Amino acid sequence: MLEKKNIKLFIHAALICCSIIFIIPFAWVLVTSLKPVEQTMTIPPVWVPRTYYVQVEGRQVEVKKGIVTNEPGVIATVKEGPRRGERIFVSKSQLKENRALLQVQVADRIFEDHYDIEVEKEVGAGWVQVIGKTTTQYAKAESFWTFVLPQAITEKIKFWWSNYLRVFDKIPFLTYAKNTLIVCILGVIGTTFTSALVAYGFARIQWPGRNFIFTLTLATMMIPFAVVMVPLYAVFKKLGWIGTLQPLWVPYAFGAAFNIFLLRQFFMTIPLDLTDAARVDGCSELGIFFRIILPLSKPALAVVALFHFLYAWNDFMGPLIYLTDKETYTLSLGLQVFQSQHGGTEWHLLMAASAMVILPILIMFFFAQKTFIQGVTLTGLKG
Amino acid sequence: MTREEKRNLFKGLLFTSPWLIGISVFIIYPFIASCYYSFCYYSVLQPPRFIGLLNYKDLFTDPIFWKSLWNTFYYAAFMIPLGFVMCLGLAMLLNTKVRGMAFYRLIFFIPSLVPMVAGSILWMWIFNGEYGLLNNFLTKIGIPNPPNWLMDVNFAKPAIIIMSLWALGQTIVIYLASLQDVPVSFLEVAELDGANWFGKLRHVTIPMISPVIYFNVVMGIIASFQVFAQAYIMTGGGPQRSTTFYTLYLYQTAFEDFRMGYASAMAWILFIIILILTLLVTHFSRERVYYHGG
Repeated sequence: MLEKKNIKLFIHAALICCSIIFIIPFAWVLVTSLKPVEQTMTIPPVWVPRTYYVQVEGRQVEVKKGIVTNEPGVIATVKEGPRRGERIFVSKSQLKENRALLQVQVADRIFEDHYDIEVEKEVGAGWVQVIGKTTTQYAKAESFWTFVLPQAITEKIKFWWSNYLRVFDKIPFLTYAKNTLIVCILGVIGTTFTSALVAYGFARIQWPGRNFIFTLTLATMMIPFAVVMVPLYAVFKKLGWIGTLQPLWVPYAFGAAFNIFLLRQFFMTIPLDLTDAARVDGCSELGIFFRIILPLSKPALAVVALFHFLYAWNDFMGPLIYLTDKETYTLSLGLQVFQSQHGGTEWHLLMAASAMVILPILIMFFFAQKTFIQGVTLTGLKG
Repeated sequence: MTREEKRNLFKGLLFTSPWLIGISVFIIYPFIASCYYSFCYYSVLQPPRFIGLLNYKDLFTDPIFWKSLWNTFYYAAFMIPLGFVMCLGLAMLLNTKVRGMAFYRLIFFIPSLVPMVAGSILWMWIFNGEYGLLNNFLTKIGIPNPPNWLMDVNFAKPAIIIMSLWALGQTIVIYLASLQDVPVSFLEVAELDGANWFGKLRHVTIPMISPVIYFNVVMGIIASFQVFAQAYIMTGGGPQRSTTFYTLYLYQTAFEDFRMGYASAMAWILFIIILILTLLVTHFSRERVYYHGG
C-alpha cells in the first residue's frame, strides 16, 4: 500500500516538473511584456516588474535605473573641445586634476585626449544612476540623470501595461489583425462548406470513378507544400493575386483533402435509413445534405472549422511568399517583420506583440476545449 | 449505363466539382509543372527554358544542398525518437488516472497552439546568450559557460529541436487517447502472467498502440522535412548554415535567388526522399504494426 502511494507521489512530482517546463516560456513572455526595456536586460533576470522612485527637490520622482559605478568618480560638465557642454560621469582613474580623459570622435576616427571639466558632484563606487523626468522651477518635464546611493531608491511593483498600447504605435497591429481575420473567416467558411459538399459526394452517392478520385485525394495528402510551392506562385502571379490575400484563402474554398477525408468518414457513420426515408419522401440530394447530414455532423464540422482557423491564423510561409505589401500583412508575418527590425533591443514590446497574437487562440481554446481535443484525437487515431 | 447510373454519375460529379477543380488547379497541375520546371531554367520573369538535367547535376555538387540534407536528417534523427519518448512518457504519466489529469493535459497541449512565429520569438528570448532565461538557469545550477545557443554552430540545431519538442502537445494528446483505448483486461491478464511494468509496456501497450506510433513516425518524417519557420525566424539558417534545413534552402533558392527551376529540382528530390522513407517505414513496420479488429 505504501509503495502504491509512493508511486502516485512520484507521478505527481514528475507531472508537476514537466508542467512547469512547458509553462515557463508563457510566464516569461508575460513577465517580459510587462517590464520597461531596461529591466528586460538584467542579470540575473527579475520575475516581477518594478518601478523606482527617488527624492528630487523634496518630491518623489519615478525613475529608471541606469549603470552602477564600479569606482568612485564625479559628475561633470565638459568645458572645451568637441564635446563641450555635455554632462558626463568620469571615473577617478580618468580624472587628472580638473581634466578628464575623454573619447572624441572626429569624422570617423576616435581620439582620446584630456579636456577641462567642471565638477558638479562626487560619486562613490556602487552608486546607481537614475534617469527620469521632472518639473523643475526652470523647465517642464525636463529629463535628468544623476547618481544616488542604492538606499535612496525606493521600489514598487508595477506592471507596465502601457507596453501593449505602445505596440499599436510600432506596428499597424489592427490592420494585421483585420487581414488575418479575413483570411481565417473566408477560409473557414469556404473550406468547411465545400469540403462537406464534396465529402457528401464521396460518402453518399454511388458513382463510377468515385473510388479512384477519392484515393487520388488521399494520395495528394502526401505531397508537401514545398513541392507545389513554386508552380503555385506562378499560377497566382498569372492571376494577379500576388500581394493580395486571395492565395491564402481561395484555394481552400475549393475544399481541402484532409477535411474531405475527415468529413467523409463522419458522414459514413450516419445511418443510411435516415437518408433513404427522406429520399422516398421526395427529398432532393441537396435537401438531404442540408437538412439531415449537416445538422447531424456539427461536431465534425466544428473540428474542421476550428482547425482551419488555427491553421490560417498560424500560417507563416504562405503570407511570407504571397504578401508583398505592408498593408496586407497578416499577424504572423507582421510579427516576424517587427522582430527582424526591432529584435535584440525592444524585447518587451516584441513579447507584448507576441502575447497579443497568442491570446486570441488561447481564448478560443478555452471556449472550445472539447472540440480541440476531439479534433486532435480524431486526426491522430483515424489517420 | 442505365439512367439511374447516369444520374448518379452526374450528381456525384456535381457534388465533388469544386474539389475536382481545386485538386486539378492547386495540386495536380502544380505537382506536374514542378516536375517540368525542374528541367528548366526559370526565374518567373521569363518563361521557363528547358536545360535538361543541369539543375540536378548542379544540385549534386552544391555543398549547401548536402549541408541542408545533413541538417534535416540530424533534426529528424533526434526529433523523432526524442519526440516519441517524451510524448509517450508524458501520455503514460497522464494515463495513470491521477487527479488533475485534464489540467495537466491542457498544459502540455497549449504550446502546440502557439503560432510558430510567436513561439520562435519567445524561444529566441529564452535562448538569448546574455539575458536568456535558459543560460541564467544553467549558470545557477553550476554550468559555468553555457553555450550561446542560436549563435553557436554546435548548439543552434539542438536549440531548434528543444523548441520543436515543446510544441509537440498534439502528439501527447494522440498517444493519450490511444493509451485509453488499450483494453484493461489485456493488461490484467499480462499482470496475472507475471509481467512487470516494462513487460506490460513492451508486450501489450506498445503492440496495441503500434498503428498510432507508425502514424506519428510517418508524420514526424514529413514534418522534419518541412521545418521552416523556426529556422527562418530564429537563425535565418545560420550560423554558418548550420540550421539551413531543406525547406529553408528551397525557399531561399526560390524566393530570394529566384532560381525557380533549381528549387523545383530540390522539391522533387524532397518528394522522392519522403516517399522512400515512408515506404521504408511501412515495409519495416508491416509485421510489427498490429491493427486491432481489422
